[in-house]
Amino acid sequence: METVLDPFLSRRGWTLHEHQRELLARKDDPALLLVAPTGAGKTLSGFLPTLQELADSPRQGLHTLYVSPLKALAADIKRNLLLPIEELALPVRVEDRTGDTSQAARKRQRADPPHILLTTPESLALMLSYDDAPRIFAGLERIVIDEIHALAESKRGDQLMLLLTRLQALAPALRRVGLSATVDDPPALARFLAGSPCPILHAPPGEPPRLSMLPTAPPPWAGGAALFAIPQVLAEVRKHRTTLIFHNTRAMAEVFFHHLWLLNDDALPIAIHHGSLSREARAKVESAMLRGDLRAIVCTGTLDLGIDWGDVDLVIQMGGPKWVKRLVQRIGRSNHRPGVPSEAILAPANRWEVLECLCAIDAAVAGDLDGAPRPPGPLDVLCQHILIRACAGPFEASDLYAEVTTAGPYADLTRADFDACLDFCATGGYALRAYDRWRRLQLVDGLWRLRDPRAARRLRMNLGTIEDQGTLKVALKGSRAPLGEIEEYFASTLSPGDTFLLGGQVVRFESLRELTVEVTRRRDKKPRVASFGGGKFPASVGLTRRILALLANPEDWHRLPPHTADWLAFQARLSRIPRGDRLLIETFPAEGRWHAALYGFAGWNAHQTLGLLLTHRMEAQGLDPLGFVAADHALLIWGLKELTDPAPLLAPDNLRDGFETWLQGNALMKRTFRGVATVAGLIERNHPGMRATGRQATFSSDILYDTLSRYDPDHLILRETRAQATRGLVDFGRIEEMLSRIQGRLDHVRAPRVTPFAAPLMLERGRVPVQGQARERLLEDEARRLLEEAGL
Amino acid sequence: MNDAHALVLAGTSCLLLPTGALFVPGADLLCVSDLHLGKSERRARRTGVLLPPYETRGTLDRLARDVAQTKPRTVVALGDSFDDLAAEGSLDLVDRAALSALMEGRAWVWIEGNHEGAATSQPGTHAQEARLANLLFRHEAAPDAPPGEVSGHWHPKFAPPGFAPRPCFVTDGKRLVLPAYGLYTGGLDARHPPLRALFGTPALAVLTGPRALPVPLDRPAARRRA
Repeated sequence: METVLDPFLSRRGWTLHEHQRELLARKDDPALLLVAPTGAGKTLSGFLPTLQELADSPRQGLHTLYVSPLKALAADIKRNLLLPIEELALPVRVEDRTGDTSQAARKRQRADPPHILLTTPESLALMLSYDDAPRIFAGLERIVIDEIHALAESKRGDQLMLLLTRLQALAPALRRVGLSATVDDPPALARFLAGSPCPILHAPPGEPPRLSMLPTAPPPWAGGAALFAIPQVLAEVRKHRTTLIFHNTRAMAEVFFHHLWLLNDDALPIAIHHGSLSREARAKVESAMLRGDLRAIVCTGTLDLGIDWGDVDLVIQMGGPKWVKRLVQRIGRSNHRPGVPSEAILAPANRWEVLECLCAIDAAVAGDLDGAPRPPGPLDVLCQHILIRACAGPFEASDLYAEVTTAGPYADLTRADFDACLDFCATGGYALRAYDRWRRLQLVDGLWRLRDPRAARRLRMNLGTIEDQGTLKVALKGSRAPLGEIEEYFASTLSPGDTFLLGGQVVRFESLRELTVEVTRRRDKKPRVASFGGGKFPASVGLTRRILALLANPEDWHRLPPHTADWLAFQARLSRIPRGDRLLIETFPAEGRWHAALYGFAGWNAHQTLGLLLTHRMEAQGLDPLGFVAADHALLIWGLKELTDPAPLLAPDNLRDGFETWLQGNALMKRTFRGVATVAGLIERNHPGMRATGRQATFSSDILYDTLSRYDPDHLILRETRAQATRGLVDFGRIEEMLSRIQGRLDHVRAPRVTPFAAPLMLERGRVPVQGQARERLLEDEARRLLEEAGL
Repeated sequence: MNDAHALVLAGTSCLLLPTGALFVPGADLLCVSDLHLGKSERRARRTGVLLPPYETRGTLDRLARDVAQTKPRTVVALGDSFDDLAAEGSLDLVDRAALSALMEGRAWVWIEGNHEGAATSQPGTHAQEARLANLLFRHEAAPDAPPGEVSGHWHPKFAPPGFAPRPCFVTDGKRLVLPAYGLYTGGLDARHPPLRALFGTPALAVLTGPRALPVPLDRPAARRRA
């Protein structure tokens, strides 16, 4: 088979891979999923049929849409795609269209679309919200969705699949191709893409990666930044050309980067890259990287995906990777070429993560990827889709229902749920029906349309499903150029004079001006506030299962470094080793309080929820809890009395009851609500001519939540909040998983003092105080003591 | 009223209720400050950020419970009762009815605050200040006032180190500043110098909450683990 690219390839001594030929041969399939390891030329595979068709029969108008999760990826692809197009003088125009594209360029693209348009789900949503969408997309032949597994992990994927149904209606001949690297369940991803099963092409797997654990002194008991490992990390950086040093959170990346530079005696060129830095700062790092000027980048998930990062030959994962899938993705960033094995080193940040890292390496080598079944398409995204549809022009409800149910995530959507979403878009729901602002659609002659066409502008300003953490810009005092962003919650805890880290520098908080945090630079070595915001990631069910299996087999402990194996043996002697099919609870006195450690292995989110539920029940029973702290594998509660009989507290019905009733008032529910309400259009992130600070937005979203909870508890947005919280921040699903694992089998160890496994929990960050009778009594005691001391 | 804190203010026996209201048993007088009714409505008008107006009902519910418990002959609202004059006009029917029911059968004195600007149109007596039960009621404390002054305005908050601040009364036995009674009102540290300067030493913060809790305002104690 001859292809249009043959001259280009043969000049370089390249040939097409088997899967690339196969994909070209099947270019007329209505939907196709390609699963290929990094470096296997996935993207070229996706575009080959397009280039072939356009070379064979040149034409005007939009032929192929390329959608990727990252703006940067679109730019990268454009560069790579232009190479053969220009060399072979193909009659193909390629442009990108992202949030960064200028107004003028957008206008021109709408008037005269290119053959290939590279874009993101959010920009596509915006294009489809205009009434000229039918004209622009009528001739669309193909859509290529890159890194579809990454999109499928969030609401952005649900939105994109809904947009695809719209495109398919406008261009019935449209064929779709999904490109994916690491994926645990290809058939599920294929259904997500096509709405029904579709063919899957597998490229041969690449070389097995070389994985190891960073040999260091014993890691500390607790903490997540692995600062103790900096000398070893620097030694590895010196040995390699370019190293990516991955962290799980921005805060940890910042802290690590700061300390790294304090020890970087050879002044190796090392930069930092994460989503809170300004676009300018990130672009600078990216181009330095492409030029090969950097020896290492300290980074976060922003560099997980497939940008071709030049010459990376080592990946270091700092801290437990939490998800095997993510680890594999990150490993693939090194030696991004076919035939060369990737190399990665894992650096556990604390004793517990030694187990996690060993198990993650085993899983990655075995190709045992963790995944959770994808929940059905969320209704808030559907609400936004209905509003987008209304912006583009009038529609009939039955038509739209039929259309959206062809999307994979919405294949099982009931008409009742669809109608509830439509009603919400039209009226705001029962409790809010009196407010004009939320009455957006009206039915005229059987067609739904915007009540006020001017509302389209506001709706367009609020498109997208990327969760807004509520961030504030940070700038140097007297300057407008942003240094980066911090979470609004973190900003609200700062007082003038506080110092914190941003972009590896210590800065001093001066004031909050409109939406900008003003700071000055400081020469201090140590910031007062070490981190900004953010919860912790829970480890996946699959990885947790491996950790439990390792714990259950003492004969395997020799694979662990001696310090960690000894710690396990010590725990086995003084208490017990937790098991997956039982729940170990230790109670002991320490620091003048009674403590209870529960080894639930349900992940950080679920333990946080369990902490709230249990302390609430303990409060009701007069057990005087004072606070708790969650870790990924366990929960520690402390209070004024010993927990002598834990079984009734953990009765599944009691826990479920608590979840259904009082958890309503919880901050995590409110945070989930904020996300859902924003996506569904109940709360606006942006409005023309109006500037609400994030704090105000939080305030009003909390009040809306309380109001709806009290006056309209079945409101669509509350229903959806409960559904999403069960899986997400509140993660009651993992509590259920734990309950079904242990089936009521509890092991209660009453220890005279803190146990080896509980000791690190005492140092864990993120302690949550319980505002109850015990604290009230402590407050009264303190007040009395102060009065006596003052002689009043 | 076991949860209240008993205080003799310039010779008059007072009860500081855990809700933040002052009750003078000898005169059957209940006093609340800074209700800020209609705050959400004002916010919506001024900033475009929309809050459902249910906080007004919450504040009125609380007031209704205090009125039911103390059965006062006189109620003094110490100013900033409405978030501004337009907010007063926009109270919804249910809230208006609730407020009228509270006023029924008792004397009601509206002291004028800085938010209202001019007298509100509510029934009852309107005054810049009122002398009742041997006390002087006004919105904002005057630094040179003689003993027996009761005021609001500052929204004081306080707690011992290590505990979350709560709205509180502040007093030195001669003068009393009330906490804001309205929901969703912000607060100011009771040791804020211009506020602290109004009081002699020793001064006392009486915290609102499950029970009224007196705490000395000054001596900062060593932080203890809680």
